[in-house]
Amino acid sequence: MAYLDHAATTPMLPQALDAYVRTARELGNASSLHASGRAARRIVEESRERIGEALGAKPSEVVFTGSGTEADNLAVKGLHWARRGAGRNRIVTTSIEHHAVADAVAWLGDHEQAEITQLPADKFGRVCVEALDELLADHASEVTVITAMWANNEVGTLQPVEEIVALAAPHGIPVHTDAVQAIGHTPVDFAAGGADALALSGHKLGGPAGVGALLLKRDTKCTPLLHGGGQEREIRSGTLDVPGIAALAEAVDLAVRTRDSEARRLTDLRELLVDRVLAIEPEAVYNGDPEHRLPGNAHFSFPGCEGDALLMLLDAAGVECATGSACSAGIAQPSHVLLAMGAGEQDARSSLRFTLGWSSGEDDVEALAAALPEAVERARSAGLS
Amino acid sequence: MKLRVLAAMSGGVDSAVAAARAAEAGHDVTGVHLALSKNPQTYRSGARGCCTIEDSRDARRAADVIGIPFYVWDMAERFHEEVVEDFYSEYAAGRTPNPCLRCNEKIKFAAVLDRAMALGFDAVATGHYARKDSDGLLRRAVDPGKDQSYVLAVLTPAQLAHSMFPLGDTPKDRVRLEAQERGLAVARKPDSHDICFIADGDTSGFLKRRLGSETGEIVDAATGEVLGDHDGAHQFTVGQRHGLGLQRPAENGKPRYVLSITPVDNRVEVGPREALQVEHIRTGEPVWLAPERTGPFEAEVQLRAHGEVYPATVTADEQGLAARLHRPAYGVAAGQALVVYDPDAEAGDAVLASGTIDATRSPAAADESVEAAGV
Ligand SMILES: Cc1ncc(COP(=O)(O)O)c(C=O)c1O
Repeated sequence: MAYLDHAATTPMLPQALDAYVRTARELGNASSLHASGRAARRIVEESRERIGEALGAKPSEVVFTGSGTEADNLAVKGLHWARRGAGRNRIVTTSIEHHAVADAVAWLGDHEQAEITQLPADKFGRVCVEALDELLADHASEVTVITAMWANNEVGTLQPVEEIVALAAPHGIPVHTDAVQAIGHTPVDFAAGGADALALSGHKLGGPAGVGALLLKRDTKCTPLLHGGGQEREIRSGTLDVPGIAALAEAVDLAVRTRDSEARRLTDLRELLVDRVLAIEPEAVYNGDPEHRLPGNAHFSFPGCEGDALLMLLDAAGVECATGSACSAGIAQPSHVLLAMGAGEQDARSSLRFTLGWSSGEDDVEALAAALPEAVERARSAGLS
Repeated sequence: MKLRVLAAMSGGVDSAVAAARAAEAGHDVTGVHLALSKNPQTYRSGARGCCTIEDSRDARRAADVIGIPFYVWDMAERFHEEVVEDFYSEYAAGRTPNPCLRCNEKIKFAAVLDRAMALGFDAVATGHYARKDSDGLLRRAVDPGKDQSYVLAVLTPAQLAHSMFPLGDTPKDRVRLEAQERGLAVARKPDSHDICFIADGDTSGFLKRRLGSETGEIVDAATGEVLGDHDGAHQFTVGQRHGLGLQRPAENGKPRYVLSITPVDNRVEVGPREALQVEHIRTGEPVWLAPERTGPFEAEVQLRAHGEVYPATVTADEQGLAARLHRPAYGVAAGQALVVYDPDAEAGDAVLASGTIDATRSPAAADESVEAAGV
């Protein structure tokens, strides 16, 4: 089997798995005062320090959450709620966000009448900063929060987060960035980047699913989503998942330390994949930014083929990938990211995403190259029905 | 022979067991749920329909238990065009369509089968109760109460050749038991009975919303006397007795029935049960599932799903089938299929041909078109 869907989830790094299993054997609620509690708390705090260290954040800026989705929701809603006021009820987002951000923003629009500005993207899937510049010139005082992802999960394009931060800073507008796909693949430094909030997720970088974190500047006000024991700076409640957090720290640390060499290795592997695909199917369109993209991401449109059909055929041949499009009610919808990039509905429905990760090798690419010709031929004859 | 089989999985017990059986027979099976509604409801209410997201989940869960890949295919647009729109226009034309039959003809064994074949599958398997024999004939299922050969009789021989009905040899209660034994959670799920795209079961309301509710007359067919009014001829089916809303009973106190529906002037004619008697039936273009015949030959005909069976003399040409019933039928609605069976108590009656009913004639009245067609 060739697994080419690391952006959906990547296998746990052996070190992270070890840390998980080791810690899961131990007893202790990190909030308890007795010895078991202290032992658990020590693991949590050491993990916090390691994550801060790896990502350029102070330990106190690390807020553990139950997923990347929760971190995004907490940032978007929490920052918006904390700053909303008379004449200020506008959220600025982009047209290419993951649903964890996009749907949180849309919910605030639908249920709380938040005004929403979506920054457009260019044909490479890169957010247009000029639009933000224009907006802030007249409407800066209306904006509660700006949320823009670090790297796009579908087409892999790296985003101009630092430019966005630079535009927002003079107006004192907090910026949240969804860096779930970026951590461990491209350099991310929380302090240097200047964002107020940054979301990450365990299972995208070699840690477990169901644990994530929000890096949140100490003086940035954020209204909690979950109320309860107040474990994480009174901003996030819920008994901490000690093994998950230990494994997350292990994975973040390792992913960041090996990042540069892995990025080079994966970029080479990706270029091999792109060459193979384009040699087999010269009509295929390589989407996204050819240069400024995640090392492991290769995203294509296959004209005349339905992405769903290709996925099924490749799956049957033991090659696992994704269409990148979200499911709405079990029915694949054309990707909003590709639509934002100016693709037509047909192109958006004919796309396929291959993503590489730490366990990927040339054999995975060759397995794809072996299965792709027949899959494309069959999918094409089935057409875009 | 090991085939690549696409199992259409509605989320119900029948299609789940059919898929499991195909897999167990050694075929390479992939489950596919057909999303037929553009705006599916999240949950099923009662025993209706098969197009909710919950049904899709049930199908996926069954596929996981069976251990086969599972996908959702979006057929909503095709289904709407070919089945729902056809449903409206048939009623608007005063006929009574059978949407399940249309779905088999245009979606399951056409759009889905075509796509499956293009993608490299050899056959489509469904949970229909019908049998296919070694000569490729379509036969009634072992379970007479569940037999669905009628709604499959519209398939062409080519479509039938690429179809699999793994449940044809098994009674329904055995299928449920088997589902339970296989650990399929849908074992106790109620059957769906109604038209799947009318979630609340209110066909008349569904038609009204689209076709309107224009007032028209209910007329005594014999005297021409206006007996009352109605709010849309599309609300009626030939042979219908209830829901006419007539104030005055017939002179002889006997119930009145819908005899005919004329959409152009929105007119519904009623009369006594005797006037519903039909002995001659003519269809549109026939589909032959057995070697073509011109007749006249003796056979049995069925005029609606789960309906009675009538011995008849059948003749045929390219334009259609003509059946002369040996015993009159009552309330035969145009738009339904006439399915011709070759009776066989042992192997199951074999489907010979089918056609959509477009004209009928009672023993008494003389209908030119039927007469001319040589019935
Ligand atoms: C960009 C991005 N943000 C957020 C998420 C959600 O993270 P999680 O799966 O931990 O909830 C994902 C994962 O699909 C993602 O790719």
